[in-house]
Amino acid sequence: MRYSYQRRTCAIARAKMFPKGTKRKFSDSREEPVAGGEDVNQSSLAAVRMLSSYSLQRQSLLDMSLIKLQLCHMLVEPNLCRSVLIANTVRQIQEEMTQDGTWQIMTQALSAANAAAQCSADRLVATEVLCRQTEAAQGEQVPKPFPVVGSEGCPAEEVLEEEEEAAAAEVGMTMSTVSPQAPTSYLPGTFGMDPCWEEEETGEDDDDDDEEEEEDSEECGSGSEGEERERDSLVEDTRTAEQVFGTFEIKNPAPSPDPALEELFSDVDASYYDLDTVLTGMQSVPKMGPYDLLESLSSHGPSPLSSSTSCRSDLNELDHIMEIIVGS
Amino acid sequence: MEEETDTPKINNSFLRDHNYATEADVISTVEFNPSGELLATGDKGGRVVVFQREQETKSEPQRRGEYNVYSTFQSHDPEFDYLKSLEVEEKINKIRWLPQQNAAYFLLSTNDKTVKLWKIRERDRRPEGYNLKDEDGRIRHPSTITSLRVPVLQNADLMVEATARRVFSNAHTYHINSISVNSDFQTYISTDDLRVNLWNLEITDQSFNIVDIKPCNMEDLTEVITAAEFHPQQCNTLAYSSSRGSIRLCDMRKQALCDTHCKFFEEPEDPSTRSFFSEIISSISDIKFSHSGRFLMTRDYLTVKVWDLNMETRPVQTYQVHDYLRGKLCSLYENDCIFDKFECVWNGSDSVIMTGSYNNFFRMFDRNTKKDVTLEASRENSKPRAILKPRKVCVGGKRRKDEVTVDSLDFSKKILHSTWHPQENIIAVAASNNLYIFQDKVT
Repeated sequence: MRYSYQRRTCAIARAKMFPKGTKRKFSDSREEPVAGGEDVNQSSLAAVRMLSSYSLQRQSLLDMSLIKLQLCHMLVEPNLCRSVLIANTVRQIQEEMTQDGTWQIMTQALSAANAAAQCSADRLVATEVLCRQTEAAQGEQVPKPFPVVGSEGCPAEEVLEEEEEAAAAEVGMTMSTVSPQAPTSYLPGTFGMDPCWEEEETGEDDDDDDEEEEEDSEECGSGSEGEERERDSLVEDTRTAEQVFGTFEIKNPAPSPDPALEELFSDVDASYYDLDTVLTGMQSVPKMGPYDLLESLSSHGPSPLSSSTSCRSDLNELDHIMEIIVGS
Repeated sequence: MEEETDTPKINNSFLRDHNYATEADVISTVEFNPSGELLATGDKGGRVVVFQREQETKSEPQRRGEYNVYSTFQSHDPEFDYLKSLEVEEKINKIRWLPQQNAAYFLLSTNDKTVKLWKIRERDRRPEGYNLKDEDGRIRHPSTITSLRVPVLQNADLMVEATARRVFSNAHTYHINSISVNSDFQTYISTDDLRVNLWNLEITDQSFNIVDIKPCNMEDLTEVITAAEFHPQQCNTLAYSSSRGSIRLCDMRKQALCDTHCKFFEEPEDPSTRSFFSEIISSISDIKFSHSGRFLMTRDYLTVKVWDLNMETRPVQTYQVHDYLRGKLCSLYENDCIFDKFECVWNGSDSVIMTGSYNNFFRMFDRNTKKDVTLEASRENSKPRAILKPRKVCVGGKRRKDEVTVDSLDFSKKILHSTWHPQENIIAVAASNNLYIFQDKVT
């Protein structure tokens, strides 16, 4: 259900953002007919490209800033000046995006993602298992157009890719590269994969038809080809909105009320702005970054997200603390 | 200032050899004392090393007073705050000397939370000839004492000992970024991200909070204090800078809590250069009053600005330190270099200002002749006693010989801390775990 919604919005967005000139294999039988994909004229093309490039940069800056805020030193108090400056940058971007109207779109996507994620929180294990199954089934999935996700062994990742691209494309922005080192870690936590979607994917691949597979990845993959070019000109940022969205979920598992804007920032606020709380000991619970999610999910299934991570990093902390106390 | 207009005169006369490159040896602060005889350095491992200038000897006029290690002591140790489950780093953030009043030297050193007053003194005599204890210090049995004698001071090997005379603790919730001794030599201020506290050097269990910018709701926090300093002559005046690029001058006579400023210095932003990084690069990392007390110098990420205390609207001079980095702000943001806090210093006559940059470069600006020079603190590129060669960063396409391109700059080699002798043209520059001392050439 959700999948088809994203497929559609992805296609529409792709048509708007990456018209003429984007290399892609054509297959419309699966997509809803989208008009205007080829008809955008040259003058608006340049404008669109420039706008999307700026949006890209802005988005990547936002992602980077949010990551910086989330990942803080566990043992030493974070540098307040640095945190304040990063937070101000985030706020500035947010204000600009609000004026643009892109903020609303993004938060809608987020709330959709969040809403779906909430109800599937307990299906995390299930999806993981499913992914492995589908991996077996999709043995020779054709590598996606962009080289990064070339590994066939991670169809789950591809699957994830498509989803995230769908969401991202929907907001009129392209995804930045997913680094090859980012494995299926993000997979379960984020959009809460719908098992039905997996099956659909499997079903499609049964045909083992290159064309079809490609068009699958195409839905968002073709968008990615245009993305590729954009990406090449981007600054080295390799974050995905994935990580950003993911961290939001980690932070704020409870479904949030409107406005979505508040939800978006509530976890940043809670985790960071409330410095007094931070300074009085919340620091002792290691914050869940996207990497922590990987650890917790790979080791324990649907267990509470915080405890497993705490165990592991607490041990390291403990060693370090003992060193200091002993006075070595 | 011959040194600046004719840069080849600068002479690299002394290099300290630190071969080990452990993290704890990274120098985090340098400071000459008011007479220039001593030079103190603090490092990340909590140690303070004090150098003393040799007496000039007639036999070797070239060795015009080199600096040698005088005293080394562990000022701060790592601590663990049990209440917050957080470690307190032992890194020395700042050292400030007190003026010398007797044979001993006093300095204040601080880490993130605690300020300490250290007394450094020489002992080259030892009392000998005690009655009740023998030379080894063992107590003598009274029955073995047959005669009385008066202890006499005998010459002994010179020993320099450092003792902590005061420990000023538990006054800061946030990290201390600066300390400044008042011109009355009785009080000093310690500054953290949100507060400035006034201390009396004699009293360790009490301090007065004179500036507090903490909002009621921490979520409203948008600005922090980055540095503060007392006026060099007016003991009632202090200035503090913020992460938003503004400076506030406060008069302590006006009211006990100096939240309202007397003067507010801020340059309006140039809308043409506005970007997402504008605020970050406008954050002031260091402020220094001139020796005359008339000017104030601030360092932000790309520039050094000199302000006239009588004019609040804009600085009287702005110097570009490394403007070629303006196009690289995004990557500098990504690798966190944009948050580096560079310091700036005046020379003794306030005619030259100096600040550090990347690639172990540091820059000097002559305020009178408007000339500037870029020099490098590097063992590979300059021999001891060799005259420093001016360096240049090439910004255009064509690179001349000896020029360094922006892309080849090493951003891990940064000169954040430096100090200038109060009277002479001697500078000390810290490049990670190495200390470089430069003097101008003996003519």
